[in-house]
Amino acid sequence: MVRKILAKSYVFLILLILYLPILVLIVFSFTEPSYAVGGRQNTNLEWNGFSVMLYGQLFKNKELMTALGNTILIAVISAFVATVLGSLGAIGAFYSSKKSKKFIDGLNQIPVANAEIIMAISIAILFTFLGSVIFKTSLFNFWTLLIGHVVLSAPFVYLNVKPKLAQLDPSLYEAALDLGAKPRQALFKIILPEILPGIFAGFILAITLSLDDFIMTAFLRGPGLLSGNGNIDTLSTYVQSKLKLSGAPAELRALTAIIFLIVITIVVGIIIKQNRSLKSKKERRNF
Amino acid sequence: MKFRRKYLAIPYVVFLFLFIIFPIFVIIFYAFTDSSNHFSLDQVINFFTDSSKIMVLVVSVFFAILNTAICLLIGYPIAYFLARKDYNKNTVLFFLFIMPMWINFVLRTSATRDLLFLIGLDGGHYPYLATTIGLVYNYLPFVILPLYSTMIKLDNSQMEAAADLGCNKMQVFFKSVIPQTMPGIVSAIIMTFMPTMTTYVISDTLSERNIVLLGSSIASAFDNNNWNSGSFLAMIMLIIVFISMIVTNRFTKKSEVSESIW
Repeated sequence: MVRKILAKSYVFLILLILYLPILVLIVFSFTEPSYAVGGRQNTNLEWNGFSVMLYGQLFKNKELMTALGNTILIAVISAFVATVLGSLGAIGAFYSSKKSKKFIDGLNQIPVANAEIIMAISIAILFTFLGSVIFKTSLFNFWTLLIGHVVLSAPFVYLNVKPKLAQLDPSLYEAALDLGAKPRQALFKIILPEILPGIFAGFILAITLSLDDFIMTAFLRGPGLLSGNGNIDTLSTYVQSKLKLSGAPAELRALTAIIFLIVITIVVGIIIKQNRSLKSKKERRNF
Repeated sequence: MKFRRKYLAIPYVVFLFLFIIFPIFVIIFYAFTDSSNHFSLDQVINFFTDSSKIMVLVVSVFFAILNTAICLLIGYPIAYFLARKDYNKNTVLFFLFIMPMWINFVLRTSATRDLLFLIGLDGGHYPYLATTIGLVYNYLPFVILPLYSTMIKLDNSQMEAAADLGCNKMQVFFKSVIPQTMPGIVSAIIMTFMPTMTTYVISDTLSERNIVLLGSSIASAFDNNNWNSGSFLAMIMLIIVFISMIVTNRFTKKSEVSESIW
């Protein structure tokens, strides 16, 4: 009993410490920042009475809103490309000879184990070199950024799809062929539906990796997306550039609170869904 | 051309060659050439004679070991309690621990910086402490996740058998629990050690640029258009990556880490 209480209090203590920065920030999202002479915002946390002003200011911060839009766009687009490439790669590799399967598996492991900064910089050098020596113009734009994000996430899509293929009954495909399906039809109608959970998990993982990315974006971005002729800023690069200069603008506290709320909602949704499916499984067993 | 399922892998393999393999060779090329693209060992000599560069490597390794150790020490018991049915019956707590992963990490680092300033532990005065706190904050979820997924598969009967055969609680822990969770420990180390060495947003932000890790020194070499020296640093990093790949392959030979986290 005592051990249980000790264990519980340890878990909750660490949880509290883990969330302390975010919770404190949320508290301070409901106050007004003070301004120094010259209109510069004081970015330190200080309490100047209750206010929801920062939530209004957040949506008026055009730079930040552009960065947020870019972040979501690049996440969705890159996750889509990574999911198609990675899933096809996993399917193709799974049905190749043992030797080439092992080879592709090993190839896929390199970006997983490699440090992100090495990949980002090596791709950046490649494009700088091609741009300066062959094309005589800067190649950095939305497409280089997209390549970076796909490099980051496609290997994880591959890893998510692979186990689902292994669980598949190989005779299903053969049966479909025997019953007159063309290989392409069998692939889309038999294999694809079966591995869809893996593909979906890979897609979600790809989105989260892209949303959280800083390094690839910092090295591979160029003009494009919502930033128009300016360099593409995502949430990560925007916040980092502000941190570098003075400090995080106070509106970011409101943004943190909103993102926190969204994440909590999603997590609660997942938990409810999990409990429901657990319950229905138990009920089925009782019959 | 007749359709074969294995052809589907071609685009992905081409993509990996173009944007993973080929760029690595580009880095190796620049590491061993000078600014006029002739073969040169300048960077090798530069690195080993410049004590500040060696220091960056030493400090990076120091932080990587420290961060991995702290995260494992804090995270291992947590993963254990969360995975054991007699301590915790639902997955809510587990989700609470990995939830920070879904909040943008630069935003989280900024929050940590604000808090440290508020309580007077800012990086201007305590760069080492602030950086360590920031690193642990960021990587703890990545340690708990793989540990948890091996611990929910812990074989209770093996532990009971060990206890029945005369092991005390400590012995059960070291002879049964630790070996069983080894794959989780290895992937936890992979997920923290290398990324810590090459991080630079966290260390730059929280130490107020007082601490330079390998990541920031590679980045600043490239920002200053010093491709050769940046490439050499990146290549050193690459060697460390390959060594860790070999080591981890040895540990995870049987229990392939292909488990999905969803």
